[in-house]
Amino acid sequence: MKAPNPYDFYNINTLLTDEERQVRDMVREFIRNEAMPVIRDYFREGQFPTQFIRPFGELGLLGANLKGYGCPGLNNVAYGLIMQELEYCDSGLRSFVSVQGALVMYPIYTFGSEEQKEKYLPKLASGEFVGCFGLTEPDYGSNPSGMITRAEKVSGGYKINGRKMWITNGTLADVAVVWAKLDGKIRGFVVEKDTKGFEAKAMHGKLSLRASDTAELLFEDCVVPESALLPGTDGLKSALMCLTQARYGISWGVIGAAISCFEEALNYARERIVFDRPIAGFQLTQNKFADMATEITKMQLLSYQLGRLKDRGEMHFAQVSMAKRNNCYHALEIARTCREILGANGIMDDYVPMRHANNLETVKTYEGTHEIHTLILGETLTGLAAYQ
Amino acid sequence: MKIAILLKQVPVKDAQLKVNGGGTWIDESDVTFEINESDHYGLEEALRLKEKHGGEVVVVSMGPERTKEAIKQALAKGADRAIYINDDSVRSADPVINAKILAAALKQENFDLVLSGLQSDDLGHGQTGVIVAELLGMAHATIVMETDVKDGKIKVKRELESGWFQYVEIPLPAMLTIQSGLNQIRYATIKGIMAAKKKEIKEVIPADLGLDAAELQSPGVKLHKIYVPVKTKETVILEGDPKEIVGQLVEKLKNEAKII
Repeated sequence: MKAPNPYDFYNINTLLTDEERQVRDMVREFIRNEAMPVIRDYFREGQFPTQFIRPFGELGLLGANLKGYGCPGLNNVAYGLIMQELEYCDSGLRSFVSVQGALVMYPIYTFGSEEQKEKYLPKLASGEFVGCFGLTEPDYGSNPSGMITRAEKVSGGYKINGRKMWITNGTLADVAVVWAKLDGKIRGFVVEKDTKGFEAKAMHGKLSLRASDTAELLFEDCVVPESALLPGTDGLKSALMCLTQARYGISWGVIGAAISCFEEALNYARERIVFDRPIAGFQLTQNKFADMATEITKMQLLSYQLGRLKDRGEMHFAQVSMAKRNNCYHALEIARTCREILGANGIMDDYVPMRHANNLETVKTYEGTHEIHTLILGETLTGLAAYQ
Repeated sequence: MKIAILLKQVPVKDAQLKVNGGGTWIDESDVTFEINESDHYGLEEALRLKEKHGGEVVVVSMGPERTKEAIKQALAKGADRAIYINDDSVRSADPVINAKILAAALKQENFDLVLSGLQSDDLGHGQTGVIVAELLGMAHATIVMETDVKDGKIKVKRELESGWFQYVEIPLPAMLTIQSGLNQIRYATIKGIMAAKKKEIKEVIPADLGLDAAELQSPGVKLHKIYVPVKTKETVILEGDPKEIVGQLVEKLKNEAKII
């Protein structure tokens, strides 16, 4: 019996269909050839590598699990594997594709009129258009129901006032899916970039997700036409449905980040000689690898089964919370541990763990903090909501 | 234009190869495989020619069951269908036998153009394509860097030694062996991967192709043993005055090391 693959210890590869493997391998090939050689520089410069937007569209990665309107209709395990391969490179790349697919295309697909779908989805799928999602506000992160942003009915449309913060793809976006209270109820609107009264301002000073565009969205008497309202949106639960999609993708994505760190640390530890032998031969280091390989395997199994449940239409949002919470937590711990294994070299951006660790601080926080997912699980398990 | 691309699956370039127990081949259990590099460029060239001139691209591939992965990848990139010759013994070191099997499969289809890579990354004979051309009575050109199809002919740029190139025009049907790097290989797309599921992979065994089994079992070239090169080191200390030492050294460099 040959030794298990360190990066797929339970041979989950054999649980995948041919098609799922092919999609994974295609994204892996693209990312390793095209993105890996340049990502460090983009992170350093604090820029998103926009040259990948159209290729992502051509490959079919944008809205990959939606069907029709230019989307291929891939299953959710294959979609998850795309996220994993993107985040192997950088959380910024995965965030771009997550936001475009799960937070912009999904709500238009699910809550939009036929006209809105025809108008936006093919362009978003091809990468001609970039989208962003505006829910979080400066004072309302974990508690979005308290949002201040308001829409009011005016002649010929709606007038939006308010501020959104921490918006991925914000300055790049051609369209923003914006959530605002209309007559006290949270509704979604599709706001186009040149609409008067709408401005996206880049946020500077991030120590995390540097290869990602993060912006603040400002709405000052911004009047959008009636056709901007997503007619199917009905309260906060519509926005939360989008988050469930994005969180699902995150649970897969961070596996890629963890494997990337683990792979580099394992190679390094086998070659780095201390006290006349490789550090991989020391018990303290082996303990780290044993723990990390176990956690990666658990992460893979959680997301894999979650994907199968999602494809069968049996996925509960609390199951997504479990995977998002667990996988982000352990991916971050793994990135930190790998940084330790790399010693002083680990603080340099020639190596991946510290970049991933910095990114994962965000990933652990956005789309529901670790604490919020704990409370969702707590409520699901006990029947008692701790945050009310 | 009806184009065939001969595609071989070989171990990935950075594979850690180990010789199997009998010393007859590598141990494949830990190895992952990929499309042979120059065949991959050949596939891309075939797809580009189809996009320009119309027609179809047929993948023709031979090998054990795993070869289907390479075929599916080619179909996902845009090839229209495939002929898969299921034969686990193709690791035969005799390019004549491999070429006979491939030619038998190709003969039934009347291709305008047959492409293959320049050579395989595992055995590296660089002969299969040329022998296939001979067996099919096709004109052929090797180490092709550029193609231009016009009026039933194909003009190709061939790579020669020392940075020299040669332009040759040959009639169709023709067989070309493709040099790596002549184009930029595309990535498969998700739509391509999904569409590939519906594409035909016609599976045959050499016996289906009307070949004489005895002939296939008596190769002219046999692989007797493969082994990792044995490192040896021998140190000789030359003695005497400098003039004598130089004389001995020159003699050894000339006759033993054969480097001057």
